[in-house]
Amino acid sequence: MKNKYSIFALIKNAFTYHENWQRAWRDPLPKKEYDVVIVGGGGHGLATAYYLAKKHGMKNIAVVEKGWIGGGNTGRNTTIIRSNYLWDASAGLYDHALKIWEGLSQELNYNVMFSQRGVMNLAHNLQDVRDLKRRTHANRLNGIDSVWLNTEEVKKFCPIINTSPNIRYPVLGGTLQKRAGTARHDAVAWGYARGADAMGVDIIQNCEVKNIKRNGDSIEGIETTKGFIKAKKIGVVAAGHSSVIANMVDLKLPLESKPLQALVSEPVKPIIDTVVMSNAVHAYISQSDKGELVIGAGTDAYVSYTQRGSHDVVEGTLKAILELYPIFSRMKMLRQWGGIVDICPDASPIISKTHIKGLYFNCGWGTGGFKATPGSGDLFAHTIANDEPHKLNADFNINRFVSGDLVDEHGAAAVAH
Amino acid sequence: MFLINCPYCGERDQSEFSAGGEAHIVRPKQPTELSDDQWAEFLFMRKNIKGVQFERWNHAHGCRKWFNMIRDTSNDKIQAVYKMGEKPPIK
Repeated sequence: MKNKYSIFALIKNAFTYHENWQRAWRDPLPKKEYDVVIVGGGGHGLATAYYLAKKHGMKNIAVVEKGWIGGGNTGRNTTIIRSNYLWDASAGLYDHALKIWEGLSQELNYNVMFSQRGVMNLAHNLQDVRDLKRRTHANRLNGIDSVWLNTEEVKKFCPIINTSPNIRYPVLGGTLQKRAGTARHDAVAWGYARGADAMGVDIIQNCEVKNIKRNGDSIEGIETTKGFIKAKKIGVVAAGHSSVIANMVDLKLPLESKPLQALVSEPVKPIIDTVVMSNAVHAYISQSDKGELVIGAGTDAYVSYTQRGSHDVVEGTLKAILELYPIFSRMKMLRQWGGIVDICPDASPIISKTHIKGLYFNCGWGTGGFKATPGSGDLFAHTIANDEPHKLNADFNINRFVSGDLVDEHGAAAVAH
Repeated sequence: MFLINCPYCGERDQSEFSAGGEAHIVRPKQPTELSDDQWAEFLFMRKNIKGVQFERWNHAHGCRKWFNMIRDTSNDKIQAVYKMGEKPPIK
């Protein structure tokens, strides 16, 4: 049984200089067989395992991770959480996640530092204004809080923004979702890992999947660097490497994997207490609790699995940041990194069964999967346990690329994720 | 970020080029006879290889010509560049 984290546990452990805290999760060797194996120990995969154990009563579950948990895109994103999506299907999916976020720290007994500091999306031209106003109305019809702010209101909400009409991309207004915000990305992975482990889920790190063994139209198990593991069901949540897994069973997915970059500055005193996104110039910014500015850039425009990204992409983003926030002109950037994101043609995810029995895919989150972590895990667990989708992820099946029933968030809402 | 040897202009920075996705995906000759599955395959489904991939590139900020390239997507090393219509120099 896991010790509960509380103020009393903190005081008690202070007497032993915090040297006797229990391990947050075990480090087991793989068993011969599992009912469900989740491939990928990021936030989404760990959440899937957690909800399979918690809500669907499954006991014999493993999560296999080629590196360490949360070392992939879970630890590489800019931690933005919001649900102000245009289409009904997306609004349902992302707001489901946001509602779970609101109680997640209590549920996991792990502080994920969820902070509803608001997310503001800026409009820089008349088409942006029309699109964002339309999105505000669509959000409200779906019960998602969203308001339109004019230029003065934007300035009032975030005073360091340059609202001069004479800049290259002037701020003509923006939308604000107050329930949106940020969370501590590592804590999400660790919290779910601890919660899943407490219910008996085996989290197996440094265990890379080399092949998926198939028997006709069903799966038998996975070949890994730690040997063969038999599995009744396999849920693949491998983000940028989803196609690599899919190619093992000759399953083609509509994905392209690209490096997405982010960077942080040196830490400074509190200067920006919200998240500001700007889709037209592709720059978004917030400040971490440590004081670093967290800046998101765009993807490289070609397929690559190198977790680096190009310099010109960062340069473009920082130019936009400097024009919008002249106060940052002498800030020094501390670190830059890239993560490999798998992008669908319609920029919406896939949470779906496949034509191979017992094989499920949760992928295509592209540049915006972090915000959906709890909802994605919950719905994917439902899909695996029942062998059919929940009504909230029914629209996000693989077959939509055959039927043409796409959830076209990319073009329709012009959302940066 | 890398240099690309355009078959028409020579070596230039990658930022001058735009990627056109996987190469040698043949446009269907009889579009009206295609099933939905075949359309999906042509339009959307990609191998998205980690490793040696055949792809199309366009020298967008240069000669604006299309060409083919063989690149290892795991380290961005370019193995060959060849013109449209030519057979790939490596299998």
